[in-house]
Amino acid sequence: MKTLLEQYATIVGNEVIDHLKQLANPLRGMKIIHINSTKEGGGVAEILNRLIPLKRELGIDAEWEVINGNSEFYQCTKKIHNALQGNREEISGNLYKAYEETNLQNYERLRSRLEEASIVFIHDPQPAPLLHYCSGRKGKWLWRCHIDVSHPFRPVWKYLRNYVEGYNASIWSLANFAQPLAHPLYLIPPSIDPLSKKNLELTDKEITGFLDEWNIDRSIPVITQVSRFDRFKDPIGVIQAFKLVRKYTPVQLVLAGGGATDDPEGTQVLGEVKEFAGSDPDIHILELPPDAHLLINALQRGSDIVLQKSLREGFGLTVTEAMWKRKPVIAGHTGGIRLQVINHYNGFLVNTPEGTALRVRYLLKHPDIIELMGKRAHQVVLDNFLITRQLQEYLTLVLALIYGSEDRIEIKMQATA
Amino acid sequence: MDTYFNVMDCALIAIATGEKAQNLRELRDHLKHTHRGCLYYHFWGGLLRQHSSDSEFQNDFANWAHRSLNDARVAEQLSLIDPNIFEDLESLRRELIEVIEQRLYETEYVPWAKPGNEFQFTRSQTVVFDTGIKIEHPGQFPDIIPNLTLSSIFYHCIDARRRTKEIKSDFIVWLAGFGDRYAELISLLDQIDPYFTTLNELRQDIGNIFNQYFKRSLR
Repeated sequence: MKTLLEQYATIVGNEVIDHLKQLANPLRGMKIIHINSTKEGGGVAEILNRLIPLKRELGIDAEWEVINGNSEFYQCTKKIHNALQGNREEISGNLYKAYEETNLQNYERLRSRLEEASIVFIHDPQPAPLLHYCSGRKGKWLWRCHIDVSHPFRPVWKYLRNYVEGYNASIWSLANFAQPLAHPLYLIPPSIDPLSKKNLELTDKEITGFLDEWNIDRSIPVITQVSRFDRFKDPIGVIQAFKLVRKYTPVQLVLAGGGATDDPEGTQVLGEVKEFAGSDPDIHILELPPDAHLLINALQRGSDIVLQKSLREGFGLTVTEAMWKRKPVIAGHTGGIRLQVINHYNGFLVNTPEGTALRVRYLLKHPDIIELMGKRAHQVVLDNFLITRQLQEYLTLVLALIYGSEDRIEIKMQATA
Repeated sequence: MDTYFNVMDCALIAIATGEKAQNLRELRDHLKHTHRGCLYYHFWGGLLRQHSSDSEFQNDFANWAHRSLNDARVAEQLSLIDPNIFEDLESLRRELIEVIEQRLYETEYVPWAKPGNEFQFTRSQTVVFDTGIKIEHPGQFPDIIPNLTLSSIFYHCIDARRRTKEIKSDFIVWLAGFGDRYAELISLLDQIDPYFTTLNELRQDIGNIFNQYFKRSLR
């Protein structure tokens, strides 16, 4: 059976894998811990699921820990998340207290491992205060922010900043997202895993099988948005766009929302979406469990066009996934989507339901453009947004942190493949 | 000269400096003081960022002027700055500022980028490592070059121009150590313009030159 690295080599080429091995060589045996707040659901968990085994295969002693919390903790972190993306959120003292206490409890549980680790990656705001409690730390700590913090609600950012400014460095998906901090602000876009259930190749029969289960008729064009039921993803705007398109051409809309255990607001938004959609038989609202990866894969592959009409977006990994499946994506002109969708080249960037409808109609009328844009979209992801590229940047970052802060770091030890 | 040619490789990581420019005036003001590494990143870093292959222009400053300021004129002027001909980054910085000053002098209206489309100054850190591959004789290059990573090509061809006093690729500097013996090969390699190309094309061009040269020498 092929190793993970051998499997990736078939997609990205041997030279990329050799490069990873050489970068990892000086880090062999090093203890690196990643901490986030959910084991399933959401892009971060999906990437960590594969990044950790890959690092281990490269000889690094990598671990992944998840912090646990009660509903008050998740309410607080959801509000922090929304506030960092610009929403005006009032967070009570009690919720902040739950946030801090949860982090303290998790610190006590993880204490020995956190203190021993050479490198600690803390993902997003949920576990950010762990550094504050870990006074006996020996290694370097990195705060990985996956959120667009370009226009945060200031009081909440001010609160969180107290916890993150002590890190040795922070990592952001785009320069626009970063807030000024006294430490280096590294830029690393996230990535997708081409071997995961969500992205692996499916046969046409398999795709049809999944779509049939949900009464989605492949003989009528399908447009799909896969994302959490979250106001920033603008599911209502997607329905508005769909209704504008259907005045001109038969079409079906799929709104598929994967849940995440750290998102208590999802149920409320889902209710609003269902109410707005009414009983329209051409609108398929799918509430998916966190492990519905194959179904999501089939939905994206079975769609003619994929939408991601976000009003605010971190990076937008669902966009990357659809592009990998050779789909043109019509997406909100925001956040990391702009790094992926090159307007009029491999998809369209839009600002309104009307703009979305216009582009959908254009593409449905031009299947050759759908194919051309889809092909280009796939290539952009292959070159830039696969997990091997992200891993390469993480390894480079760790080497940079360990060997100094100079512009140029020469690793004296000879690295061999 | 070094007896062996050590094949090196590198990896680049980007760091935001936090400086942003919303118009040409702000761009010029930041350029006066920004970290030298930003010039390196915005002129050469794009070669290692594949997705910029859709870019119309050769450096980030020109692309930004075109896409975010809609100023095609200054974009073209900025694009024509060839970083390879400057002795050091400070000379490059002066030329860049000069081109922007000229444009500001010509124009009455200074276009602004929309919020969110500001120019974000970014520098980079480069980690360099030895691949363990040693070349004893130039005749080995035809087999080696096609298997080099693109980042290795970047290191030996692009980065080398900043490192070597001759401002040439590492291949040329090493071959020059053999005296006049490889003068023709050096001349062929020297004709490659590394700026208006992708690393893939550069690897192919260098590989072809080595290949043809040594095939001919065997005849």
